[in-house]
Amino acid sequence: MMSPFGDIKAYLGLCVNLKKFRFSQFPLTFHKILCYSNPMDDTLLSVQNLKTYFRTPEGLARAVDGISFDIKPNEIFALVGESGCGKSVTALSLIQLIAQPAGFIADGAIYYKGQDITGLSEVEKRKIQGNDIAMIFQEPMTSLNPVFTIGNQISEAIQEHQDLRGAAARNAAIEMLDRVGIPEPAARYDEYPHQMSGGMKQRVMIAMALSCRPGLLIADEPTTALDVTIQAQILELIQRLQQELQMAVLLITHDLGVVANIADRVAVMYAGKIAEMGTWEQLYETPQHPYTIKLLESTPARDKRGTALNTISGRVPKATAYNDGCRFADRCPKVMDGCDTIIPTLHAVNGSEHSVACHLYNPEPPFSVRLADPELAIQEHATVVSATKLELETEVVQQSERVSEQPTASHPQLQVKDLCVHYPIQKGIFKRTVGYVYAVDDVTLDIPRGKTLALVGESGSGKTSFGKAVLQLGVPVEGDIVYDGVNIATTTRQQMHPYRKRMQIIFQDPYASLNPRMPVGRIIQEGMQTHGIGASDEERQTRTAELMLRVGLSPDMVTRYPHEFSGGQRQRIGIARCLAVDPEFIVCDEATSALDVSVQAQILNLLKSLQVDFNLSYLFITHNLSVVEYFADEVAVMYLGRIVERGTTEEIFDAPKHPYTRALLSAVPKMDTQTGVEKIRLEGDVPSPINRPAGCHFHPRCPEVMPVCKEEYPGATHFTQTHSCHCYLYRDAE
Amino acid sequence: MFSYLLQRFLSIGLSLLAVSLLVFLMVHLIPGDAAVAILGERATEKALTELRAEMGLDKPLYHQYAKFLWDVVHLDFGRSFKTKQPVIEEIKRYFPATAELTLAAMAFSILFGIAAGIIAAVSRGTFLDYFSMSISLAGISMPIFWLGLMLILLFSYFLPILPSTGRLDVVLDLDVQSRTGFYLIDTLLTGNFTAFRNAVAHLILPAITLGTIPLAIIARMTRSSLLEVLNQPYITTAYAKGLPRWKVIRKHAMKNSMVPVLTIIGLEFGYLLGGAILTEHIFSWPGLGSWLRAAVEARDVRAVQGGVLFVASLFMLVNLIVDMLYAYVDPRIRVGNEAT
Ligand SMILES: Nc1ncnc2c1ncn2[C@@H]1O[C@H](COP(=O)(O)OP(=O)(O)OP(=O)(O)O)[C@@H](O)[C@H]1O
Ligand code: SF4
Ligand code: SF4
Ligand SMILES: [Mg+2]
Repeated sequence: MMSPFGDIKAYLGLCVNLKKFRFSQFPLTFHKILCYSNPMDDTLLSVQNLKTYFRTPEGLARAVDGISFDIKPNEIFALVGESGCGKSVTALSLIQLIAQPAGFIADGAIYYKGQDITGLSEVEKRKIQGNDIAMIFQEPMTSLNPVFTIGNQISEAIQEHQDLRGAAARNAAIEMLDRVGIPEPAARYDEYPHQMSGGMKQRVMIAMALSCRPGLLIADEPTTALDVTIQAQILELIQRLQQELQMAVLLITHDLGVVANIADRVAVMYAGKIAEMGTWEQLYETPQHPYTIKLLESTPARDKRGTALNTISGRVPKATAYNDGCRFADRCPKVMDGCDTIIPTLHAVNGSEHSVACHLYNPEPPFSVRLADPELAIQEHATVVSATKLELETEVVQQSERVSEQPTASHPQLQVKDLCVHYPIQKGIFKRTVGYVYAVDDVTLDIPRGKTLALVGESGSGKTSFGKAVLQLGVPVEGDIVYDGVNIATTTRQQMHPYRKRMQIIFQDPYASLNPRMPVGRIIQEGMQTHGIGASDEERQTRTAELMLRVGLSPDMVTRYPHEFSGGQRQRIGIARCLAVDPEFIVCDEATSALDVSVQAQILNLLKSLQVDFNLSYLFITHNLSVVEYFADEVAVMYLGRIVERGTTEEIFDAPKHPYTRALLSAVPKMDTQTGVEKIRLEGDVPSPINRPAGCHFHPRCPEVMPVCKEEYPGATHFTQTHSCHCYLYRDAE
Repeated sequence: MFSYLLQRFLSIGLSLLAVSLLVFLMVHLIPGDAAVAILGERATEKALTELRAEMGLDKPLYHQYAKFLWDVVHLDFGRSFKTKQPVIEEIKRYFPATAELTLAAMAFSILFGIAAGIIAAVSRGTFLDYFSMSISLAGISMPIFWLGLMLILLFSYFLPILPSTGRLDVVLDLDVQSRTGFYLIDTLLTGNFTAFRNAVAHLILPAITLGTIPLAIIARMTRSSLLEVLNQPYITTAYAKGLPRWKVIRKHAMKNSMVPVLTIIGLEFGYLLGGAILTEHIFSWPGLGSWLRAAVEARDVRAVQGGVLFVASLFMLVNLIVDMLYAYVDPRIRVGNEAT
């Protein structure tokens, strides 16, 4: 039966179609028939010259600007690139979820199983969404609706596309939950998202996406918000289900290590275009595009220790202000005269599947270029790599020589002894203390002057609480914190004042930690005034200008406000603010975690050079182990509030002892797939720091657990003067 | 859930205690002798002494307060000085009229406010959005007196289609037997449809006058809250499942966006009780507001105390109901946190 609303809708729809037809649809349709063609082979998805634009107040944002790629059935295809290069917009275009009315597909065609899905009606689109093409998102925490049970949300997708109702839909949902490894799926069906951990929620998202057996799963940064051990579980799950359900996966990530381990083919995106495409081996071993090369070089790794990271100068252009030619031109080390006016197109390298969009490799160059021979480029790259390695090795040798010159028992900058941070949990109306969160428990550490100690561990292990405790930043502290010979844990507020200047902190989120209503100059000078640095305002201003230069910002930016800067620049402001008061010791709490690799490389280089120049000591808190491997002198591994192992970077990375350290290291996705390190997969989630497992807190997840482990917390075993670990496996090793 | 409600109950108990203290002290805050203030300058000494004895003004303060509380707990607010009736009886008599007006205004504002908010949010940036939001902005900035008078001018004077005073035409007033005090219900119960239509007609203008400001506020709140929810990742997830737009909005967005709207509705109730006093005055509505106003003018301390306590308790009761609705809407309150 036709309802009156149906009529109105049909009428409105007609109007819209007529309008579209008149103004845009007709030429587009015509143009499409001429230019794009259905791939008649077994290609599952064929994207041809896709352009997705947004109308913004600053002008047209060309977020995705003419990209083409094919995905075959049963293939894992990865899209990598830095923030803002158009990865998510590509994904949303494929599933037809571009934000309306600002966004629109300006040109191009997307063939899914031979059908162009860009011009479909709403009803036809919805038949594809969730059914043929499904998607999972970065933030499992916010991607599930908090007010409905997870079961309800999965069944909903099933009911939308399949003829299953009631108990049948419920059973199908429970079967899906079981498939993605949710224990007791029938019982958890009725739980709400807030009752699950992050990893669980991502499993639920996967169950939901796969409940209608789509042909293509789009995963947009599916593990970015998760801990490494959980990330490893989720990636393995995606890989397993991809095999079992015979589907294709479009994996979007900024983490090259993730790509290396699971993708069949990879496309590198830059500023709305594909720069280079091929298998991971081709890209990793023989990168061609200057951007890919730079990207690989700026990723911190063990073999780059002791040298500055190779960075890309400048930053990604805005989507509203792309030039007409190669968008990498203003940052490219090999830029040529015509590069910024003529767009390079993708060309196959040596006729293989490896293709690259750069005029250096164009067989018919539009202007006179010295055409690079791909073979030569590969050789060149290889020599560069080996040369840097050589340089590095000598540097490392020199460094270790330098280290051995110093008296080994140099007096430590900071000594922490038996430090505890126990947050009381208060309940009820009378705020009775019913228990404690054991955020930091009996931690003993020291940090030598001019060195970097990295504190690593998964979320909730107590890293930030430790950093705050050391600086006495409003956390309940017990134990001794001896800074330069003085126990600052027992000082009064006044006695603490000079230490507030000597000890500083840099935060993860550069934006949240800068007052948005203060110009940058004032932000930097604020600390100087409080601590009486600089005799006059002029002196402080000169010093501010010097500091801005030192951290790589132009001094005439002092009058600007934080929101006018990019993430990397804001982190530099945070560092300048820190340096303004002449600190000796800096806590860097996930200081580079929110940044892109190329920007992270710039910040790491900056921190390193500042350390050398001012003999700074760092407590470097992070979950990113590649950064640690590159940057730190010593490493402490934290699990549920305790340090389970500590040692020099070499000791920890070359000879990890504690089963948790070993699992953690093996869970880190490596770019070099041939490492031969066996993978240790941990089951389950990190338990809550309120009810820690008795005995060794790691025992429920430990692959080597013994009966004794459940009884008492193991004591320390010392392997060398620097290397120690808490585990019963090494009871008799001393 | 249980401890959440217990907490709410306790905090309401404390607030009520505070209000009762204020109300109690009211008598003592009147400058000069309370008895003189109540009975006026020309009262005889005998009358004053009697009043003091009756009110217990000669006893110590804490003693007076304890007695006051004791009485209040037993719903005994004393007798009105003016009518010599027990205050609670007066409240019982006048309250239904106010309740009817307030509930009608509430229903009007919730119904149209939420609808306007949803339409504006869903058609964001279009003419409809700007139109409904400008209207609601006008609604917020409209003085209630002016609005009432304009409505009377328009609909009772120029276009005489709606009555502008009282709850019923005087002729009909006599045949309506009061059972519940709610005329809409009473007339229906007795099957007197003429009177029912008449009562509805009398209710329209006052309800619109009283409900316009809450309507505008609810509309704006609904719009902004819904827009915020529509930007949440889980809405994208819902679209990605292939759900049609109306389903996404009705199921996934509405429930989430109602939490702040509920709060506003709870708070608006307080406004409505206050606004009712003015509205009742404009439309000669024989309700609690008119009564309270008269009591204030007559310095009828007992009546004012009783009336204020009653309104305050009512306000808190409504907020308690809103709190329970939260628990219904948001499972994070209902089901305790286990994983996080
Ligand atoms: N709704 C929108 N309106 C306007 N511009 C948008 C919109 N969505 C994305 N853009 C712009 O499109 C460009 C590409 O964004 P996109 O989200 O695809 O980047 P990304 O590669 O996914 O980055 P990230 O790694 O940070 O997720 C950016 O410049 C962004 O500002
Ligand atoms: S086209 Fe030119 S600017 Fe662009 S990457 Fe190649 S060499 Fe560099
Ligand atoms: S003490 Fe036991 S449970 Fe803990 S890490 Fe060592 S072997 Fe595993
Ligand atoms: Mg993205």
